[in-house]
Amino acid sequence: MTNPRDTGTAWGPIGLGFATLVCLFAVIEAMIRIGWINGFIVPLPSAVLLSFERIIVEEGVLKRFLFTAAEALAAGTLVAVVGISLGVLLYRKQILRLACETWVAALAAAPLVLIYPLFLVIFGRNALTIVMIGFLSGLPPAILKTVEGLSGTRRVLIDVGRSFNLSPSQQFRKILFPAALPTIFVGLRLGLMFALINIVGVEFLINFGGLGQFVNELAERYDLPAMYAAIFFVILVSVGFFLLTERIERWLGRT
Amino acid sequence: MTTSAVLQVEGLVKRFAAADETITALDHVSFDVAQGEVLSVIGPSGCGKSTVFNIIGGLTDADEGRVVVEGQTVSGPHPAIGMVFQEESTFPWRTVAENIAFPLEIAGIAKDERAARAREYLALVGLQGFERHYPAELSGGMRQRVAIARTLASRPKILLMDEPFAALDEQTRFLLGDKVLQIQQKLAQTTLLVTHNIAEAVQLSDRVVVMTYRPGRVKQVVAIDLPRPRTSEVVGSVAFQAFVAEIWNDLREEASRGMLDAEAQSRRAT
Repeated sequence: MTNPRDTGTAWGPIGLGFATLVCLFAVIEAMIRIGWINGFIVPLPSAVLLSFERIIVEEGVLKRFLFTAAEALAAGTLVAVVGISLGVLLYRKQILRLACETWVAALAAAPLVLIYPLFLVIFGRNALTIVMIGFLSGLPPAILKTVEGLSGTRRVLIDVGRSFNLSPSQQFRKILFPAALPTIFVGLRLGLMFALINIVGVEFLINFGGLGQFVNELAERYDLPAMYAAIFFVILVSVGFFLLTERIERWLGRT
Repeated sequence: MTTSAVLQVEGLVKRFAAADETITALDHVSFDVAQGEVLSVIGPSGCGKSTVFNIIGGLTDADEGRVVVEGQTVSGPHPAIGMVFQEESTFPWRTVAENIAFPLEIAGIAKDERAARAREYLALVGLQGFERHYPAELSGGMRQRVAIARTLASRPKILLMDEPFAALDEQTRFLLGDKVLQIQQKLAQTTLLVTHNIAEAVQLSDRVVVMTYRPGRVKQVVAIDLPRPRTSEVVGSVAFQAFVAEIWNDLREEASRGMLDAEAQSRRAT
């Protein structure tokens, strides 16, 4: 039987999704032109599309993207190092886990971005504030998934390690951590997504940084087509990040 | 007890605390295993076979009694004992060769020698060409062969297996049993096999220890004097069927007790 991927029918769902978006934009375009939607509030999709070239060539969106990416990388590194370390600590110390796990989960649901004024006071109006908010919002899923991954290691794999007389450190490095890695990666992925969302949001709020500040700038200038183009650019960055991490997750899951 | 025994199990007692009572899983279980012998421990579900496996392997302690390996009392995992578990136990993040080389890596053996020994044991279990495959790409029987090769690579004096073929279909079991027989005969590997499968026990063993239902005691030790070297062809022989029948005669009463006990527990629970 032929694999549908070989005949190109795998492009079917992607094509359908793309076509749906195009139809949706065409309907919005028509509704604005007719006057059913106020063109002063929602720009024409065609104008937004044309603005892409402008934001890339004239407005330096790529440079701003790199700024946001650097902040996300810094926050992501902190999420990984601190999140995994705290997760390991909670896994090892039952009493700490019982005491803290619920609070960590509650932190994941808290809208940390609303306390950005406190971060401004502590860290100032600079990239560090943005990185710290990104880091704190990305931390809970990394911690929780690390605990889950380590706890979920199959008993028989631990027994294999014991049967070979592994030391606790060897047991952790050679069995527990590799077994937990796919789940830990899910936590890191979620953490990075939360961090990215909050980073762009705080950049917008404090009018500093990369893409978020760019959207704010364009909004203040009332350059709506460029502003929406910038928002779509942010969405495209998120989609790209999601697809990349999904591939890595699938590869980790296969091995 | 023979003094030439490689493995001596002496008076094992193991109790577990349940909700409102203490359950005696093992009640003074004793047997020994000679050098190069294959001994099976068989019994109904709940007779304590896996408890025997865990105590001998050093994964859990007995409340009374002891396990002696080459004159040393076992008090934890022992380097002379290699364990093969019932559940699938290969490391999914390591290739087949890396799985087999795992105990050699722990022992600090150099990379080249590890690779060479891994290839040797890979060939022994008939998986040449699968070095770079991951366990997810193999069938259940192949993965169990990798687990066996990994344990053998550590060159244990005693191979301890807990229902290693339980998750496999009957045909694969017989064929894998053939493979284990070949390996055991080639290496003269002392083997203790815990199983609930009578045909498997008779196919592979020199002796079969029949256990009672809870509390687990040694009911009978049956000597299997089928000729060696042995293959799965022996399954069709009259002598084979006679041994299976003999062991079933001993086990039937115990299996019935186990089933009635399980039914009574279910009724109490509802």
